[in-house]
Amino acid sequence: MTSTILLQQLINGISLGSLYGLVAIGYTMVYGILRLINFAHGDLLMFAAYIAIYAAALLALPWYLSFPLAVIATGLLGILLDRAAYKPLRNAPRISLLISAIGASFLLENLALVFIGGVPKAFPRPEIFDRVIPILGLRIQVLTLYTPVVTLVLLFGLLYIVFHTKVGKAMRAASKDFETTRLMGINLDRIISITFLLGSMLAAAGGIMWAMKYPQVNPFMGVFPGLKAFIAAVLGGIGNIVGAVLGGFLLGLGEILIVALVPEMAQYRDAFAFVILILVLLFRPTGIMGEPIIDKS
Amino acid sequence: MLKVNDLHVYYGGIHALKGVHLSVEQGQIVTLIGANGAGKSTTLRTIVGLERPRTGTVLFNSEDLTKLDTHRIIQRGIGISPEGRKVFPNLTVMENLELGAYHQSQKDAAVQMEWVYTLFPRLRERSRQLTGTLSGGEQQMVALGRALMSRPKLVLLDEPSLGLAPLVVEEVFRTIQTTNEQGATILLVEQNAMAALHVAHYAYVLETGRVILEGPGKTLLADERVRQAYLGE
Repeated sequence: MTSTILLQQLINGISLGSLYGLVAIGYTMVYGILRLINFAHGDLLMFAAYIAIYAAALLALPWYLSFPLAVIATGLLGILLDRAAYKPLRNAPRISLLISAIGASFLLENLALVFIGGVPKAFPRPEIFDRVIPILGLRIQVLTLYTPVVTLVLLFGLLYIVFHTKVGKAMRAASKDFETTRLMGINLDRIISITFLLGSMLAAAGGIMWAMKYPQVNPFMGVFPGLKAFIAAVLGGIGNIVGAVLGGFLLGLGEILIVALVPEMAQYRDAFAFVILILVLLFRPTGIMGEPIIDKS
Repeated sequence: MLKVNDLHVYYGGIHALKGVHLSVEQGQIVTLIGANGAGKSTTLRTIVGLERPRTGTVLFNSEDLTKLDTHRIIQRGIGISPEGRKVFPNLTVMENLELGAYHQSQKDAAVQMEWVYTLFPRLRERSRQLTGTLSGGEQQMVALGRALMSRPKLVLLDEPSLGLAPLVVEEVFRTIQTTNEQGATILLVEQNAMAALHVAHYAYVLETGRVILEGPGKTLLADERVRQAYLGE
């Protein structure tokens, strides 16, 4: 393989990985606070993509309005998801929450199936993301370059919120101890809502970029990116935001490189991710950056 | 200021509080003593809304707290250092203190923090350290300081001396007295009856969910039953 192809694949891997990372952040944030794997998280990608499609088609909004609209609407859907599926179970056993998450995921997918239909819709990719620019003798689509940049900007924005604002302080407190957080006079439900809002907005950003990359939107489009992002979150150390993005990059790079280096393995690309998941769970369940997990009361 | 009337609380089938009453007047230190399982912590938890009473009222400045959410109760002007300290180990000392002043303006919080640092100079040295790395005594200071950060009208302290070395216990009780002299009203739950009765203006003795004895701290110190049961004489 020539070095240009390798370089091209590296860039593709980073781009794909940053998408996984963006979605993984939402898994990790919700897990950090509720100790819940929010299996409906992946379906938020699908929701965001449809909103963006309809905002462009029905409201004739340009992308710079329809994308933010989709991000905000998805964030609100995340809050609604928590209120409807998880909040009534705050004091229930963990397994009930998990089952509720799986149910919520099926519900979202099937609602889309009933109301929108199973025929894939084409995602209208704005032209400015279509441009191809030459870099180091390579021809690279700008979308591929933008994706990791957007991910990093959003990551740093989120880290700022979590580590340098009052709400972030309350989120970190809540991740350790609900009861004492309430004893500080903090409205815990509000903090949990904000967590879902932020995580879901990041998922929406990921969903939109995913839909531009693979412009076929159907009710189940969120399933695979959701699972991959979940694996990325576990690989990076679930509960750790930087770890989620790191896990995403590693997973994306690994997937692309395995296909590039061993073309016969191309069909096993998805299996690669699950092998990683099994290995991490077997040998390092805390992931790369995770702390030992303490049960919360 | 605080008036608890005929409080009945159940944990599942267990009748944990069987008609507890107590009252705290402005400027006082009132203590609630009793053995393990007597219902001291349950009483505090009910005051702040972590447990709900089946019957009875908790009046704070004439407002019934028993229907309010915990965060609203705290916002009425109550600061609490919960049982087992419960500092946030993943946050720095300064961040723990700031959380105690979550609803204060930045300016008020800064003034309060300065005061807490004067009470506990050790915390100033450790302000940027993760609280989980501190010793038990230092963590207790964080918990106490955090409870004072909102300039609360009423401070609830749940076993602040638990698990601390005798010298540190002394320091903690001295601080309780100092803050009281500076205007804080305090409801102190303690197993260390001797120390608690020494600083308290008024005291209640709790046994299996009932108040069996009450009176000024000095009077109870002299009481034969108290001396036998709680002071180990």
